[in-house]
Amino acid sequence: MRANNVLGIIHSQAFDSSIQELTSVRTMASVPFGCRYRFIDFPLSNMVNAGITEVGIITKENYQSLMDHIGSGKPWDLARKREGLYILPPYNTSAQAAVGIRNRVDALYSNMDFLRHSRHEYVVITDSNAVYNFDFQDLFDFHSKQEADITVAYKHGKLPNLENMQILTMDGDKRVTEVAIDIAEEKEVDYAFNIYVMRKSLLEYLVKTAVAHNTTSFAKDIIQANVDNLKIVGYEIPGFAEMIDSVRTYYNVSMELLKPENRKALLASKNPIVTKVSDNVPALYGQDCVMDNSLVADGCSIDGTVENSLLFRGVVVEKGAVVKNSILMQGTVISANAKVDSIITDKNVTITANRNLSGDPSYPIYFTKNIVV
Amino acid sequence: MARKNECIAMLLAGGQGSRLGILTHKIAKPAVPFGGKYRIIDFPLSNCVNSGIYTVGVLTQYQPLELNDYVGNGEPWDLDRSDGGVHILSPYQQIKGTDWYKGTANAIYQNIHFIDKYDPEYVVVLSGDHIYKMDYADMLAYHKAQEAACTIAMREVEWKEASRFGLMLVNEDGTISEFEEKPENPRSNKASMGIYIFTWSKLREYLIADEADPNSSNDFGHNVIPAMHEAGEKMVAYQFDGYWRDVGTIESLWEANMDILSPTSGINLNDPHWKIYARTPNAAPQYLADTAEIKNSMVTEGCSIEGTADFSVLFPNATLEEGANVKYSIIMPGAVIKKGADVQYAIVAENAVIGENAKVGAGPDVTDPDDWGVAVIGENITIGKGAVVPANVMVNETVEEGTTYESK
Repeated sequence: MRANNVLGIIHSQAFDSSIQELTSVRTMASVPFGCRYRFIDFPLSNMVNAGITEVGIITKENYQSLMDHIGSGKPWDLARKREGLYILPPYNTSAQAAVGIRNRVDALYSNMDFLRHSRHEYVVITDSNAVYNFDFQDLFDFHSKQEADITVAYKHGKLPNLENMQILTMDGDKRVTEVAIDIAEEKEVDYAFNIYVMRKSLLEYLVKTAVAHNTTSFAKDIIQANVDNLKIVGYEIPGFAEMIDSVRTYYNVSMELLKPENRKALLASKNPIVTKVSDNVPALYGQDCVMDNSLVADGCSIDGTVENSLLFRGVVVEKGAVVKNSILMQGTVISANAKVDSIITDKNVTITANRNLSGDPSYPIYFTKNIVV
Repeated sequence: MARKNECIAMLLAGGQGSRLGILTHKIAKPAVPFGGKYRIIDFPLSNCVNSGIYTVGVLTQYQPLELNDYVGNGEPWDLDRSDGGVHILSPYQQIKGTDWYKGTANAIYQNIHFIDKYDPEYVVVLSGDHIYKMDYADMLAYHKAQEAACTIAMREVEWKEASRFGLMLVNEDGTISEFEEKPENPRSNKASMGIYIFTWSKLREYLIADEADPNSSNDFGHNVIPAMHEAGEKMVAYQFDGYWRDVGTIESLWEANMDILSPTSGINLNDPHWKIYARTPNAAPQYLADTAEIKNSMVTEGCSIEGTADFSVLFPNATLEEGANVKYSIIMPGAVIKKGADVQYAIVAENAVIGENAKVGAGPDVTDPDDWGVAVIGENITIGKGAVVPANVMVNETVEEGTTYESK
């Protein structure tokens, strides 16, 4: 099957509460990451790079910043007359009105019309709390070759600390023989990365059936319950792929980008991760600036010392200021002679002159949007 | 029929820019990269939209491919519009034959029907080789208040430089009494900036008359403006004191790039109220390694810096390897400066590669001041390992490993 026969569906809200600090003012999909991106850029770019031409983004609440980022879909070439990008706002059927959208099954069910109207035969469904860059066409080819009903992309590693995580047991042909959910597991396992491929008609059937039986969990009632009835196979994600399950993981994965090999795999590969363009000026490095192992976006103005840090667009580091091991989001100002270590600042935070703030790399301090310290 | 526009702009972008040498072998001058992420044409285009002019005709002729690509549908400047927007206007075939644009005035003449479509009262005529931020709305207000047929933006230049410019003798009421084109003994230091506002009905008349004159070279400066002046039309000068640079030569292009690194030069690109828009490539954040040393420089996304940069402008995806040393230089998109290479007072064009330990350019202090100039390495050119390129040359061929380039 070709990617141009696949409809992309992105859940923009799943696991919002796992990084509450970052999602208090936005939905998971619009959490800033890697100096200039938002989480949504990763599933969206992977889809578009493979040749997908129609993507629906399911939203639940707090999605203003997501809409602002996505716009018409132009940066991803998804502003089209035929197909393109659809933001799917919450739409409750009367039966659900009382409870709202509680889970993935509800979310898909309430967008059944969108699914039905798409001309594509297949769907790929993703979340937006992970960063990765691999060729979705390989995933689709694998699905075809295996003659699978459902393909689940998985990763081998330590289980993220999130609800409904599926640990997969597979046979030699990658067929999933068992799915264990929410098991506390310390050792490395094969866990589902919440990227699924299947026929659209199958998805429609499974969701309708789940709703008819008043079952609500995509992981339990759609995947786990059908291990024996359907051919479910696992596809191991190649390259750099990380799921964010906490602010600490967010910090650690961000810091991984300072390694050239990770940056190359995730951001500078031949398949670029595309984001909304900005009209910032290039970064300006002043007379007294000292830079050491850091990533910087356009629009920054740096006259202090920056070490092992990620600076988003428009960050200002004034003279005498020292920034170490930190993530400073868009518009953060570190005033003269302030010293910060192991902090995460949300957008437009100002650290006033001569302050001395430090967390620990294992427990970075987070500063919420727009505050002045 | 398009909606009536009070004022539209026509941007003359067809010139070769031959004084920029190898930088404009394959691209038109307005498409030459400038200031880290911009191209020269971003300045007039951004000025237009910031001034509220949303219909812009871009007249192209010389090597238009890259320029056409760059302007595209005008989306980066908000000029992708249903009504108006940016239009690339190239010479075209007509029943009576095919004409290239014979001169600046002829270029506008050939597009009279384009202008008529918008039925404007006024037309701004701009050129694509100046770096400046200017509110054309203010100039238009002046033009209207003066009830002029033609308003010419003017700035006072230093007397010793005045003879390089088209000069104007200006009366106290702002009207122009006389023009002098690059005179040996200037009587004025008020230079034309090549920015004009015309009352369209007047200009239209003179363009048609100019076209009918077989002896005319169909140029604004040489023919149309003198003709209007002689006929007694009201010509006024509009004084502009802000930053303005003609970047038509290697030296001025280099200087204007250095200006943006200086907080006191008068050009501030980081002004939220007067943004300069550009078509920005999608690139990863810039990386500064632990070996990087960077000062007084501007760096754009996609760059990877392990070496040293001082007073330099680095465009997207430029690479400075460990031990590379770049000073007072402009490194255009995708160029690579290999380990230990030394680049000073140079312009390295797109995707050029400076080999390990090569030396390119030299400062005015180490060269005979009369021979000094910026060294230019052309697009896609490779300078071999350990090769030497002196100051004041343009290199448009491979320089082999270990050799010293001599200009022919």
